[in-house]
Parts: sequence; C-alpha cells; structure tokens
Amino acid sequence: MTNLKKYMPKKQQTRRNIAITVSLLPALALYALFVIYPTFNVFRTSMYQWSGLSKQKTFIGFENFIRLFNDTKFWTALQNTIFLLIFCTAITMILALFFAAALTQSKLKEKNFYRVLFFFPNVLSIVVIGVLFSNIYEPNMGILNSLLRGIGLNHLAQPWLGSGKTVLWAIGVAMIWQAVGYYMVMYMAGMDGISPELYEAADIDGASKFVQFFKITIPMIWGILRVTLVFFITSTLNMSFLFVNVMTDGAPNGSSEVLLTYMYRQAFTNANFGYAMAIAVIIFIVAFALAIISNILTKKNDA
Amino acid sequence: MKGRHPQNIRRLIGNTSLRMVLILTSLIVVLPILWVIYTSFKTSAEFLNNPWALPSSLNWSNYANAISKANMGDYFMNSIGVTLGSLGLLFVLIVPAAYALSRFKFKFSKGITMLFMAGLFINCNYIVVPIFMILKDMGLLNNLFVLCIVYAATTMPFNIYLLTGFMQGIAKEYEEAAQIDGCGYWGTLFRVIIPMSKPGFVTIGVFAFMSYWNEYILALTVLKPDHYTLPVGLKNLMEVQKFATDWGAMFAGLVIVMMPTMVFYALVQKKLTSGLSLGGLKG
Repeated sequence: MTNLKKYMPKKQQTRRNIAITVSLLPALALYALFVIYPTFNVFRTSMYQWSGLSKQKTFIGFENFIRLFNDTKFWTALQNTIFLLIFCTAITMILALFFAAALTQSKLKEKNFYRVLFFFPNVLSIVVIGVLFSNIYEPNMGILNSLLRGIGLNHLAQPWLGSGKTVLWAIGVAMIWQAVGYYMVMYMAGMDGISPELYEAADIDGASKFVQFFKITIPMIWGILRVTLVFFITSTLNMSFLFVNVMTDGAPNGSSEVLLTYMYRQAFTNANFGYAMAIAVIIFIVAFALAIISNILTKKNDA
Repeated sequence: MKGRHPQNIRRLIGNTSLRMVLILTSLIVVLPILWVIYTSFKTSAEFLNNPWALPSSLNWSNYANAISKANMGDYFMNSIGVTLGSLGLLFVLIVPAAYALSRFKFKFSKGITMLFMAGLFINCNYIVVPIFMILKDMGLLNNLFVLCIVYAATTMPFNIYLLTGFMQGIAKEYEEAAQIDGCGYWGTLFRVIIPMSKPGFVTIGVFAFMSYWNEYILALTVLKPDHYTLPVGLKNLMEVQKFATDWGAMFAGLVIVMMPTMVFYALVQKKLTSGLSLGGLKG
C-alpha cells in the first residue's frame, strides 16, 4: 500500500486522505470531548476552589492537596483502598492460580464445566453482586448469620457490614467471589500453552506437583502474571468504588470509604468539586505509580 | 511398569480430593444465585419466617410488583435501548478508525494510535465528575442517547486497540486483489476488511454488550429516576426496600437484572472465555 503511494496520481491521493480523515474524525472528536478533555479538566480543576454549582472558580494552586494531606478521612480512604488492593489481589491470585493449575493438570472430564461455572460471577452486574452480598450479610435475615445460628455458632453472627471491624473484609470477599473466575480463565489460557513434555520430564526426575508448579508453571506464565497484576490494580480501584457505593456507601462512619467513593462524595454530596478533583489526581498517580512499581518488581530476565 | 499401580491410586486420591474442593467451590458460586432465584418467589412473610426455606408456591406477584411499582419494566427497556445504541455507535466509530489506523501509513498515524493507547489508562470512573459537568453545561443530562455516546466514547480506546490488532492480521493480498478489481478505499473496507473481521467483531461485541448492560456509575451520575437503567434501578429498589421491607420485590428485581446476562452467557460462554485469553495474551 505505502509503496504504491508514490505511483498514485495526485487526485487519488487527496481522495484517500479525505477518506482517512472521514474515518478518524468522528472517533477522535468524541474521544477528545469525553475522554481527553475531562482528564485535562481533572488536573486543572484540582487547582481551584469550586462548588460546581456557581460559575465562580478561585485559583488556589496546590492548596487542595495540602488540605488533603491533613484530611484524616482521605487517609482512611487511601488506607482502605490499599488494604483492598493487597487483600483482594493476593487471595484472588492464589485461588485463580490454584484452580487454573489444578484444572489444567488433572485431566478431569468436567474441566470445561468448572471453567464456565467459575467464570460466571464475572458476567453479573456489580450492582447485582453488591445487592446479593448485602442480603447475604444482612444481620437478621441474611443467610450467613442464619447459617451460623443454625449450626450453633450464635456468637459469630454479627452485622458484617455494620461494624468497622468486619466491613472491609466482607466487601473484599464479595470482590474476590466476583474476580477469581476471570483470572482463572486467563491463567488457564496461559497454562494450556505450556508443553506437556516439560511436566513429563519433571515427573521422570521425581519432582512433586508442588515443585513443578513453582519451577515450571509459574515461570512459564510469568508474562501473563505481570499483565494481570496491572489489571488487578486498576480493577480493584474501580471495583472497590462500585462495591462500596452499592453495599455500604462508606458506612459505618467512613470506615469503608475508598478513594473513588470519597471523590464522588466530595463532588456530589459536599459540592467540593476542586477538592474532589484533587482526590482524582491522587487516584491517577496511585494507579500509575502502582502499575510501574509492580512492573519493575516483577521484571525478570527471561533466562 | 511396576510403578504404575501405586501411581494410579495416588492419582485417584488426588483427583477425588480435587473434585471435592471443586464441588465445594461450585456451591459457593452457585448457592447465592439459586438462593436469590427461589427467594424471588417467596412472600415477604415466608422470607421473614425462614430465609433459607424454599417457597411454598410460585408467587409471581413479586415480579408484578417489581415491574409495575418499582418501574423495573421501564428500566429494562431503557437498558436494552442503551446497550444496543451504544453497541451500534461503538462499531460505527471504531470500524473506520481501526481500518485507517491499521491499514494505512499517513502523517499522524503513529501519533493518533498513541493517543488512543493512552486512553487505555483512563478509566471512565476516574473522569465521571468532569463528564457530568460537561453534560450539565451542554444541558444533556438525563438523556439516554447522550449516555450511549459517552459509553461508546469511553470504551473506544480498548476496542480500537483490539480491532486494529485484529485488522493488522489480515493479509495484504486480499486488499490488493480488491484494488485490482477496482475497489477504492470504502469498497475495500466494506467488501474485504469488514467481512474478514467478523470474528473480531464478535469478541468485541460480546464484551461490550456485557459492559454496557452492567454499567452503573455513569448511569447513576447522569440519569434521573424517569430514565434509569436496570443496575441503577436495582440499587434504587434496594434503598426503597430498606424502608418498605418488600423483600420479594427486591429479589425479583435481582432476577430481572440477572436473567438476560445469564441467558446471554449460556449462549456465548465459549466466545467469552476464549476471547478473554486472546485479549490476555495480547495485553
């Protein structure tokens, strides 16, 4: 195509350029309006004091960030976000790897059945899962507490979402329930690509399944593991927003607040748009920094 | 040959314990869903009596309540409209764009590709507040068609990325043959590239369908109760339930939101789980 270009008559070339412009313009225009411009606005508005209701915006430089720095609610939200990032990523990854390896290695006939079943929570709306788990955790009628009472563990029954001690764990469990199948399917795809001869050779050498998992499986899918680590970071940031919004909205007393719910509250409940956008800038930085850090930490020579 | 026998036994034990773990996990996945489905047929009194028990009869009035009183019927139609509208728009936008970016070299082709790639890192949840402000300034809040445009625009980067990858894989010879037969730019796109990209369209369509049908935050932010989509309506139903204690209607609402995705999943599960690995390996 490109090498033909210089033989093309001028008229045809202009016509082609027009066609390319027509192809790209609508996409670029909407992308600029609804992605680039809002992103630019996040950074710009973070320097202003603005209620969002009036036209009046006051430029205050980095003051929003200084206020953030002294805002204990912000630190709680950051802490909760990081807790969920670590807790959900670790458990989801371990479970997904375990099931992926077990299903790929054991040549069970019903392997595909489990693949389809475990992936299923992933297709449900987060709102469905959030409402569903709110009902499971419901203090009086929820099935978790009635199960505990039914088997005589009355003392364990508690308001899971109503107590600051358990609320984050409860939300984290719902997030893990949702995510394991997705990553399992991804890891299975990677593991299917590993040559069976490697395992056969290891079997002959007498290596146990456990050793094989760490010496063969993990190194062979390292590339996919690294990619999913970045997925975990962005998806946990987003999922925590959705789950907390649906299940607790930060209750009790801000102890389940995460960064994105705090941003949303500052904007739409407290009409602090500038302040909210400062939080959004922090979210951008956290997401970006974590992606880079995890990328560096997991870098490995392919030897 | 001697080692065969104990190895088989060990394998049997291993497989049996693995099966037990798998069955237990399946229960953890399936039981909550089943619970929701059968509870949606119970009267509130039955539910309050014992949340675990099966319904004594199929009590369809919960569905009638959810559909008429809680407007879930209207929200259902809104969701269908928004999902199909966004899907249509998405394809209208990304097919020509991906074609231009994947098959031609021109002045800004690298730069534009990079610009779209940068969008992969910008999640629409991060920018929901400024999007709200833009729509508010333009007087376009609470408009389902505008929501479609926003959905298509914010999901464009990832889908352009997938589709350009796919289109780059189509051999040049087909294009050249079409040109010799007298096809121009658009002719080649419609007669060669689009028919050959069908598998890519299916993957993109399936994932986009799911994300549009399930989207919550943007819909919650820009829509008012008269135009809610199903997920926002469901959240609303849960809030109402807290005061009205109409448990049945809420569970029926859950099923109404869940059902279409379950049916859809049953139809396309192969596509979903294999498309995922394709995206994963590429990413």
